[in-house]
Amino acid sequence: MSVLLDISHIDMEFPTPKGPFTALRDVDLKIAQGEFVSLIGHSGCGKSTVLNVVAGLYQATRGGVILNGKEVTEPGPERAVVFQNHSLLPWLTAYQNVELAVKQVFGSSKSRAEMRDWIEHNLDLVHMSHAMHKRPGEISGGMKQRVGIARALSMQPKVLLMDEPFGALDALTRAHMQDSLMEIQAELNNTVIMITHDVDEAVLLSDRIVMMTNGPAATIGEILSVDLERPRHRLELADDPLYNQYRAKVLKFLHERHSKPDVPARKALPDKADTPVTSKPEVQEETVDNAA
Amino acid sequence: MNTTSVNTGKFYGFRLPQLDSGLVRGFIRLVALPLVGILAFLLLWSVTAQNIDTSLGKFPGPSAVLEQFDALYGEHQRSREKEQAFYERQEARNAKRVAEDPGYEPKIRAYTGKETFIDQIVTSLITVMSGFLLAVLIAIPLGIAVGLSKTLNSAVNPIIQIFKPVSPLAWLPLVTMVVSALYTTPDPIVAKSFLNSMITVTLCCLWPMVINTAVGVAGIDNDLVNVSKVLRLPALRHVQKIVLPASVPMIFTGMRLSLGVAWMVLIAAEMLAQNPGLGKFVWDEFQNGSSDSLARIMAAVLVIGFIGFLLDRGMLALQKLVSWDNTATQ
Repeated sequence: MSVLLDISHIDMEFPTPKGPFTALRDVDLKIAQGEFVSLIGHSGCGKSTVLNVVAGLYQATRGGVILNGKEVTEPGPERAVVFQNHSLLPWLTAYQNVELAVKQVFGSSKSRAEMRDWIEHNLDLVHMSHAMHKRPGEISGGMKQRVGIARALSMQPKVLLMDEPFGALDALTRAHMQDSLMEIQAELNNTVIMITHDVDEAVLLSDRIVMMTNGPAATIGEILSVDLERPRHRLELADDPLYNQYRAKVLKFLHERHSKPDVPARKALPDKADTPVTSKPEVQEETVDNAA
Repeated sequence: MNTTSVNTGKFYGFRLPQLDSGLVRGFIRLVALPLVGILAFLLLWSVTAQNIDTSLGKFPGPSAVLEQFDALYGEHQRSREKEQAFYERQEARNAKRVAEDPGYEPKIRAYTGKETFIDQIVTSLITVMSGFLLAVLIAIPLGIAVGLSKTLNSAVNPIIQIFKPVSPLAWLPLVTMVVSALYTTPDPIVAKSFLNSMITVTLCCLWPMVINTAVGVAGIDNDLVNVSKVLRLPALRHVQKIVLPASVPMIFTGMRLSLGVAWMVLIAAEMLAQNPGLGKFVWDEFQNGSSDSLARIMAAVLVIGFIGFLLDRGMLALQKLVSWDNTATQ
């Protein structure tokens, strides 16, 4: 198993008026080609920060990310991101949203017809062919997220980064989306890092679950390998003792962290661990500002 | 009224027939009620007008104003006929002289009759649109730059904040002097007075557009910016594909505000500077002081209002055409 992506001992500090705030400390993770890894942890623990560093949207203060032997220094389409709130351009149709990405990535290597086929193929993959000429305002939240995934897949990324992709969806839609994602994954065998809050989602989809400790100075607490056979079916797994064991392990980890948050600097940042937001640094900085 | 049907359309307690009750309601809201409002205004106007005596006679009521509309149009047509006759005479005269002396080069003199009401309307419209378009060309790129760069914003913001509250009329004397000093071609393409009015309009349009564009650009959803970063869109394509469409609603809000203010300012500037246009028409009539003057000014007031309304509707229609969200409202 060769390492595709090496998240090598990264520290992440954000400057605040009260001095640097350490969001991540020594996060170290190696991910193999075709592996599906979930990051799970409490709100504000820095899961999104890890993802943003891998995406290149943030630069790690120490350590670095190495993809295919090359260090990541800036964002790029080979690390496509599926954002939590779809982030489709509202003035473009589903097709045009994917087209923007395809033109940018394959504009010089594919012909016009090839690009059109490729866009349609990706929309078909997420079952959105029927609504590809609709704008985001005209389709449901789940459909928007499907288009967001199609856009990311259309870039043919080496690593697909998903930031709580189904977090904003209702339970039923989320289940559909998870099944769709497993279907796509079975076909494409992408390397995926997904952030989630949802224990069932993590166990169902992942090859490995990375459990993060609470921030500040969050790091990797435990890593759980999920050795369930694929294809996985949620109904069959519900009675599977192994599945329930994995589930219990993750729950236990999260529960322990919640009751005994190992946060030495917590007093400096009141309410942070309870704030129901992802750990985007802007939010953290604002919290600090308000407290000051 | 159909009282037996259960599901009848209701409007203010009345029961309307179920059949096309929506149409009836729409008719009442869009046609009948505005008509009632206009009629009430006309009534109030004519009653009040009869009770106001000025040194130029009674304040004009609706009928007097209507008469003047007719008169103004008549004057316009007569003026056009005179103009045509003038050019025909000139042509005939020149043809004759050429026939007598083949070496003679005919001179064409322009007709110099007084501008009619309609000419003044056209002049004002051309002025306001030119000034507005010039402002668009300056303000939108500037607004985008200011919105994109926090550094530039910090640098430019104080200047904008100081010049924004200045009435463009205060600029008028300066603009006039600067144009006189700099625009000194012997064969001018456009009149100096036109440039003065146009630049005044531009100055007043500039600030709302710069501010709204900058606010719109600076307020773009961070996720959309991240999408652009992940795609590695080059700067120009980023502006074209993400920044510009995302801020179109705010840009158009600024444009609509500007155009409304511009039209008001233009009339005032034309009055103040005696530049051709509807403002000059109003001022001339006021100085003229005939018994018809007030009615003619009132006619101009109505036309100014109506044109302002049409300009705003035009911008709204344009905004609806290009906006992807539904913020374009009345």
